[in-house]
Amino acid sequence: MTVLDVRRVAKVYGEGEAAVHALRGVSLSVEQGDYVAIMGSSGSGKSTLMNILGCLDVPSSGQYLLDGVDVSRLNDRQLALVRNRRIGFIFQSFNLIPRTTALANVELPLAYAGVKPALRRRRARVALDMVGLADRADHEPNQLSGGQQQRVAVARALVTEPALLLADEPTGNLDSRSTEDILAIFDQLSAAGRTILIITHEPDVGARATRLVKLFDGQIASDERQMRVAA
Amino acid sequence: MNVWEVFRFAVRGIGANKLRSGLTMLGILIGVAAVILLVAVGNGSAQQVADRIEALGTNTLTVQSTSRGGSSPLTVQVAQALKDPVLAPDVASVSPVVSTSATLTYQGTDHSVQQFVGSYATYFTASNSPIGRGSGFTTADVEAGRRVVVIGQTVAEELFPGMDPIGQELTVSGALFTIVGVLAEKSSSSGFQDANDVAIAPLTAVQQALTGYGSLTSIVVEASAPERVSDVQAQITTILNQRLKVEATSTSTPYRIQNASQLLETQTETADTFTTLLGAVAGISLLVGGIGITNIMLVTVTERTREIGIRKALGAPRRVILTQFLAEATMLSLIGGGLGVAAALIGSNFTIVGIQPVIVPSSIALALCVSVAIGLFFGSVPANRAAGLRPIDALRYE
Repeated sequence: MTVLDVRRVAKVYGEGEAAVHALRGVSLSVEQGDYVAIMGSSGSGKSTLMNILGCLDVPSSGQYLLDGVDVSRLNDRQLALVRNRRIGFIFQSFNLIPRTTALANVELPLAYAGVKPALRRRRARVALDMVGLADRADHEPNQLSGGQQQRVAVARALVTEPALLLADEPTGNLDSRSTEDILAIFDQLSAAGRTILIITHEPDVGARATRLVKLFDGQIASDERQMRVAA
Repeated sequence: MNVWEVFRFAVRGIGANKLRSGLTMLGILIGVAAVILLVAVGNGSAQQVADRIEALGTNTLTVQSTSRGGSSPLTVQVAQALKDPVLAPDVASVSPVVSTSATLTYQGTDHSVQQFVGSYATYFTASNSPIGRGSGFTTADVEAGRRVVVIGQTVAEELFPGMDPIGQELTVSGALFTIVGVLAEKSSSSGFQDANDVAIAPLTAVQQALTGYGSLTSIVVEASAPERVSDVQAQITTILNQRLKVEATSTSTPYRIQNASQLLETQTETADTFTTLLGAVAGISLLVGGIGITNIMLVTVTERTREIGIRKALGAPRRVILTQFLAEATMLSLIGGGLGVAAALIGSNFTIVGIQPVIVPSSIALALCVSVAIGLFFGSVPANRAAGLRPIDALRYE
């Protein structure tokens, strides 16, 4: 089953002379269970692609189907719903809500989804347990290390059981040990059948995926399946 | 997201920056307290005035002469003409009054009273001056011209400190008067005069001893009921016009009729204007407090732009973000308003510029409603701005 289907998507920032073509007609299709790494130098348009895939931004032209639904036709409220139910975000800078416990951070997407508090807490604990942070549930972000914060962010992305896990340079701000922790979690999730899309510029992170897409100047330069490099 | 959770988010938002939230609340607190307290002060002064006027008696009318210098057209005959069951059925009593200042002497002690009043026995009820101790004089006393007198509290204290004045004799301009009673203390002094500094004696005795049988100072007319006062005014106007030969077309009359309820009305109007003015000034400070809320909420939204972006990326609908910030603004103004009400209630226990404030309950409700409305209104601009942010812009915000 196709989770996401991007058709000739282009994105232009600015107008006229100052126009910047961040994406020039990218077409990409990701099947359920794929573990895709998108690589490219800075300015290649990978973050723009990521934002469009995450429904945070809209393409200038082209079509984006998520689970078979054309996202460009959705209104504000429906987009919020899509972000909540279908997509799990992991950011480079963690983006946890400050002064809020890890548990509450993980609960947040469920709160927006309207899940009852008791059930929410239970599911959040399960998600935290999955990333190995069950004992840090009551810590606030500033009491956690970078790697721990990112693991909380992963738990938060997982808790709604989304169709697609989007990670934008998830290891960009982490040391090598924490990077390894996070990648190990991704490996597990992939093995469990999750669809993962990861953006990175680190070759050894890209090597862990089953499919490698290289972006260059807003276009796909190569797209090939690869054997996973074991950790 | 139920109400309770929105509430918890709002509490967390307010608690995140206590000093700032506190100062914002202070603005609303001062505004609300000022509105309630100043309206209470206005109301208190209105009640004070009303009490004073009511002390004069609300169902009495006073006829006074307007002719200056020359002799007053009001005589005992005119006064008796007003007691006419056919032409003036609503008149309960008529008391002709002569009043003069006099010096009272008792065993070498002097005391001068502003008002040495000569009148009928009906004057006591008509002028709302009940007898405290002893008795008043009777109609028989008036007819016989007996020299008896009823004195006010102030006179009793001045001339007879620590002793019973009843039965004592005092000298007024060479004439001896026997004290038969003391007036009950009047609650408030009306205007500049001490209402307790009076002496009341039979009309005939005062005329004989002091003023002579000339014209009257005034005539006090008592209506049968407070609501008949305007009828009585019309009736005695007719009689007086007839009696004093005033042309129907004439614009000026040689007399003037004052009635306490009219006076009360005018004073109440003045006091209401005063209250409105005070309320308006206080309202402005409440408005300034409201602008303070907008300001602080705008700062909060800017400061938390990134957080708003994260929330949106996690799927927070526009409505939830809107409610969260609105709830925060409303809570700020509501807590501020509540504390303001408390401050006003405490403040109203103290006398402010000589006036005991009287809280108007509706002003509390109004001030609280207004403060909630301010929260909603002034909070809606920042809340809308927060809710309208595009997630990608909010996330990129540094």
